[in-house]
Amino acid sequence: MHTEIILAGFGGQGVLLIGKLLAYAGMKAGREVTWMPAYGPEMRGGTCNCTVVLSDRPIGSPISKSPHALLALNLPSLDKFEEAVRPEGVIVVNTSLINRLPHRTDVTVVAVPANEVAIECGSPKAANMVALGAYLGASGVVELDQVKAIVTESFAAKPKLVEVNHAALARGFALGQAKATAAVR
Amino acid sequence: MAKKLMKGCEAIGEAAVQAGCRLFFGYPITPQNEIPEYLSARLPQVGGTYVQAESEVAASNMLYGAAGAGCRCFTSSSGPGISLMQEGISYIAGAELPVVFVNIMRGGPGLGGILPSQSDYLQAVKGGGHGDYRCLVLAPSTVQEAADLVQDAFDLADKYRNPVMVLGDGLIGQMMEPVEFKRSVNPEDLPPKLWATTGAKGRAPNIINSLHLKAESLEAHNWKLAAKYEEMAKTECRHEAWHLDGEVDVLFVAYGTVARICKTAIDALRDTGVKAGLFRPISLYPYPGQALIQAVEKAKHVLVSEMSCGQMVEDVRYHVAGKRPVAFYGRVGGMIMTPEELVDEARKLAGPRG
Repeated sequence: MHTEIILAGFGGQGVLLIGKLLAYAGMKAGREVTWMPAYGPEMRGGTCNCTVVLSDRPIGSPISKSPHALLALNLPSLDKFEEAVRPEGVIVVNTSLINRLPHRTDVTVVAVPANEVAIECGSPKAANMVALGAYLGASGVVELDQVKAIVTESFAAKPKLVEVNHAALARGFALGQAKATAAVR
Repeated sequence: MAKKLMKGCEAIGEAAVQAGCRLFFGYPITPQNEIPEYLSARLPQVGGTYVQAESEVAASNMLYGAAGAGCRCFTSSSGPGISLMQEGISYIAGAELPVVFVNIMRGGPGLGGILPSQSDYLQAVKGGGHGDYRCLVLAPSTVQEAADLVQDAFDLADKYRNPVMVLGDGLIGQMMEPVEFKRSVNPEDLPPKLWATTGAKGRAPNIINSLHLKAESLEAHNWKLAAKYEEMAKTECRHEAWHLDGEVDVLFVAYGTVARICKTAIDALRDTGVKAGLFRPISLYPYPGQALIQAVEKAKHVLVSEMSCGQMVEDVRYHVAGKRPVAFYGRVGGMIMTPEELVDEARKLAGPRG
């Protein structure tokens, strides 16, 4: 097992956070993990992104030229990374903010209105969790419960946020799982 | 202690605390800002002091004072800041003081860029400051190793009364990996430093100094330092040999994060029948030259890769001394080589089927 994932969006959407949750869950599951933020110069309103690698073997490069999955929370992120995704990979698209679908036909596309779903779960800020849940549902790369447990631990001081984030993860997961099943058919 | 997921910079900061260091003097610079940020919060929790100096020159001289008073102390910076600290490093070496420096390298020269690089190898290993001195230089390849080497660096600095530099790059500093702190030192349990300026009541004064105006005196001091560096060369060489049990078609030589990218390339080459292995120096000064020669003797081709235009390759060629041609592949400016690029370079040497 070796998976490279790029998570990208506007600064403030929480893409670094969901990357950390993913890496942390991988670590808890006994995998080798790296989390690497892009810390180079970025334009205001451009993309903020990080790369997570989960593997059964010691990880070489913590960055990826051809990821197995892309979580695109805004349009510039989809524009920037769509072509890099490996064939048969997964692209999660936040259709609340992205007004087009990927051109790629050789990948599983998981289109989720992450912001709207997050609002229904109690906070528009949980759009990142919807996207992460969708990816977990489509890929099964780590257990949803593992991520939920880490959210509980990380937000221990704010129980209300735990509830909202769990709901957002679960809604995203269901959407991702449905899409993955559709892709298999 | 259980494994934690930490940024390299934070792990370096915590490792210093676990090594019993209670003093940090520094000045911010990307890509190592999380080290001072972490310590500005962490040191006060353990009764330590964090000082943001007015400049790197000042910071390195504050270290001179703190180390002279017998305290474990350290700083971290990146290329341009480390250049400014060279005055202090030379004086610290001359006055034989134990100080740990961390350089999280970025692209240069000048202000260069903020992305990962290995272009300060020569500065770290061959001097940087003036005069006949050496730093002991250690290069981590993972966040765990960064934490381990920082802890070792404090012990080595005390052992040799010499500056020790931990040389990482932006990848090591910025990436998160699982890390575990294996030892914890209480500063009160450290052996007393009988040479330090701790107050001369009841004993002859100790003097911390690097000025020796009499030639005879300075020569004696220089030879004393030289003997110390020779002792380091005998006892402190460290390296990792990976897939080097038998003969290899291509021997990669790389340090730090490039070495781990080489490992991915080596796995891919071995999957297609090309026997490849890695020699990774962990101590860059002293350089593990004897072990390198043994590895080279079992290799048909030698390929050095660095995030520089070719710095460590000079040391490899010096030790290989013409016994094999030494090829070089570098990426610079913050660009990072991919495993695929390294596979292609190795294939050029080994031929398509090894």
